[in-house]
Amino acid sequence: MLLDDLPVLPVILPLIAAPVCLLLPNNKLSGSFATVVAWGAFILSVMLLQQIATGGAAEYALGGWASPLGIVYRIDLAGAIVMSLVSLMAAVTLPYAIESIRAEINGYQISAFFAMFLICFAGLMGVVATGDAFNVFVFLEISSLSTYTLVALGAKRDRRALTAAFTYLVLGTIGATFFVIGLGLLYQVTGTLNMLDINEQMQGQDNKVVRAGYAFIVTGIALKLAMFPLHRWLPDAYTYAPSAVTAFLASTSTKVAIYAMLRFLFTVFGFSFGFADVAFTFFLILGLIGMFYASTVAIFREDVKMILAYSSVAQIGYMLLGISFATVDGVGAALVHVVQHAVMKSALFMAVGAVFFAVGSHRLSAYKGLAKKMPITTAAFLIGGLSLIGVPLTGGFISKWVLIQAAFGSVQPVPTLLIVLMIVASSLLAVAYVGRIAWTMLLEDPDNNAPVKAVPLGMTIPMLLMAGLTLYLGIDAGGLIELCRAAAESLLGTGLGFGSAS
Amino acid sequence: MIEFILARYNYWIVIALMMTGLYIVFSRGNLVKTLIGLNLFQTSVFIFYITMGKVFGGTAPILLGGHAEEGHGEEHGGDHAESTHGTAYGEHEDSYASDPLHEGGAVNTIEETHAELSPGESLHTAPEGAVNELARAETPAGDVAKAALDHGTEILYSNPLPHVLILTAIVVGVATTAVGLSLAVRIREAYGTVEEDRLEAIDNQDDRAEVLV
Repeated sequence: MLLDDLPVLPVILPLIAAPVCLLLPNNKLSGSFATVVAWGAFILSVMLLQQIATGGAAEYALGGWASPLGIVYRIDLAGAIVMSLVSLMAAVTLPYAIESIRAEINGYQISAFFAMFLICFAGLMGVVATGDAFNVFVFLEISSLSTYTLVALGAKRDRRALTAAFTYLVLGTIGATFFVIGLGLLYQVTGTLNMLDINEQMQGQDNKVVRAGYAFIVTGIALKLAMFPLHRWLPDAYTYAPSAVTAFLASTSTKVAIYAMLRFLFTVFGFSFGFADVAFTFFLILGLIGMFYASTVAIFREDVKMILAYSSVAQIGYMLLGISFATVDGVGAALVHVVQHAVMKSALFMAVGAVFFAVGSHRLSAYKGLAKKMPITTAAFLIGGLSLIGVPLTGGFISKWVLIQAAFGSVQPVPTLLIVLMIVASSLLAVAYVGRIAWTMLLEDPDNNAPVKAVPLGMTIPMLLMAGLTLYLGIDAGGLIELCRAAAESLLGTGLGFGSAS
Repeated sequence: MIEFILARYNYWIVIALMMTGLYIVFSRGNLVKTLIGLNLFQTSVFIFYITMGKVFGGTAPILLGGHAEEGHGEEHGGDHAESTHGTAYGEHEDSYASDPLHEGGAVNTIEETHAELSPGESLHTAPEGAVNELARAETPAGDVAKAALDHGTEILYSNPLPHVLILTAIVVGVATTAVGLSLAVRIREAYGTVEEDRLEAIDNQDDRAEVLV
C-alpha cells in the first residue's frame, strides 16, 4: 500500500508536517521533528528513484482521476534524481539549521521557521513530482512565498534581508505571472493542462500563440532560476538570508527551476517545435555571458557570501549551456552539474555559516588567518572551493569534464572549440575569486589571536558530510553520470527523440 | 480591421492593464505603490483567463441535465436551471409551486443579470466580422440555454476550468500581496521609510561603514 502511493508521499509528508511543526514549542523539538520528516522524505525519494530506475516512470492519479482529466504526478528518472537531491539537501540542512538558527533569528520564531522550511521543501518537491502544468505554478508559488519569508528572517542580523526579500518577491511574482500567462496561451491552443497531453495536442502546431506562450513560459522560469540578465534578486537574497536558508536555497531552488525548464522545453514543447532553436541559441549566448559576467563581479566583492552567490549565477550559466546543446550528452551534463553544484555549494555555504557562527561576520576581512583558528571549517571550504574551480578529484571536475565532452559532441552555430575554451577560461575566473578567499584564510595573519566560539557538532557534521560527498562524487562519479545520461534520454525521448541522434 | 480590433476588446484591456501594472512596478520608488502595480499586473492575467473560459453563447457551467425531463415544455424549465445559486432543485420546485409571484420575481432578476453580462462577455469568441450589433441582437445566454432545453438539443456551457485555475491564482495573488505588504511594514519599522531611493542610500551608508570597520 505504501509502495503504491510512493510518488505522492515525499511531497505530502512535509506539507502535512509543516502545520504540526508550527504547533511545537520554540526549541530543539520543532527542528528535530522537521529533520525526521526530511529524512523520511529522503528515504521515500530514494526508494522511488530505485523503483523508477528499474521499472520506468511512475504515474499517480490524484483522487483517482485518470491522466488527461485529473491531476497526475508523473515522475521519471530526471525527476526522481532531483527529488532525491532536494530531499537530501533538506535532510542535511535541517540538523544544521537547528544549531545555526538559534543565533540568527528571534527565539519566538523558531518553530515558525521550521514550518516555513518544510513548506518550501514540499513546494520544491511538488514542482518536480507533478505532471500537470498548472500544478507547477502552484507549487512554484508555495515554495517561493515561503522562501520570501525565510530570506526576510535574516533581518535580525542584517536589516538588508528585508529589502532583499522584497526585491525577490517582486521579481519572483513577475516571473510566476509570466509563467501563468504562457500557460493560459497554451491552454487556449490545446485545451489541456497535462504536460504529455499538451505535447500531443501541440504536435506540428507552430503559430503566434504557441510562440508567445513559449516565450512567456521560458522567461518566467528564467526569472525563477536567475538566468544571467534576470539574476538581480539572487545575490542579495542569498547574502542576507540566514546561513542555513542560503545553504538550502542555493542547492535546491534554482536547481528545481532548472528542472522545470527542462520539463517544459523537452516534455511539453519538444523538438517538433521549430521556435525552440531560437531559445537554445539564447541559452547558449546568455549562459556564456552569465558565466563571465558573474564570475568577474564575484572577484571584486568584499563579502564571502556575496562572492559565492555571484558564483551561483555563473554556475547556472554552465547548466544552461548544457541544456542549449539539446543533446542527450548536453542535458545529461547539465543534470550532473545540478547534482554536483548542489552538493559543493551547500558545503561552501555551510562553511560560511559556521564562520558566521564563530566570528559573527561573513565579510572577507573576517576570514584573515582563519585556517589556524578553524581548521576543519577551512578544510571543508577549500574542498568546496576547489570543486567550484573544477580541480580533479572533486565533483566540479567531473561535471566540467562531462560538459566539455558534450560540447565537442554537439553541432553549434559557433565553433565548439570556442565554447570549450570559454568554459575553461571562466574556470580561471573561479580560480581568482576562490583563490582570493583561500589566500585570506591560509596566508594572511589574523587581526587578533582571540579564540573563536566553538562550532557545535550539529553544524560541523552536515558540513563535513557535504564536503565528503563532493570528494566522493569527484572520484566515483560513474554511477551518477550513467544515471543522469539515462535521465536525459528519458527526458528527450518524449520529445520525438531528436536528441538520441548523438 | 476596426471590427477585428473591437471584437477583441477584452484582450486590449488585458494588455493595457498588464503594461500599466508592469510600468508601475518598474517606475515607482514607493514599495506600496510597487505592490499596487504588481496587483494590477496580476489582475490583467485574471481577466485574461476569464476571457479564455467564455464560450460564445454559452451559459454558466452548471449541469442542466436531468432537469430537462421534468421541466420539458413548461415555461420555467430553463429559469430553474438558471437560478444557479447552489440550492437544491427540490426546494425551488416547492417554492415555485406555492408562490407563483415569487417565480416571476426570480425570472426578472435573472434576466437582468443576463442583460448586463451577455453583450460584454460573449464577444470575444464571435466569428470575425460579427461584431457588436450581432452580439446585441443575440438572445441572452440564459434564453439560449432555455431554448436548447425546450428543444432537447445540446446545451452550450462556458468552460469552467480557466475559472477554477484563476481562482487558485487569485488566492496565490492575495498571499503574495499579504507577504509583500507585511515585508513593507517590517521595512518601514527597520528603516523608517518605504521609498526605494532612501532605502538604497541608507544601505550604501551601512556598506561604507562596514568597510571602514
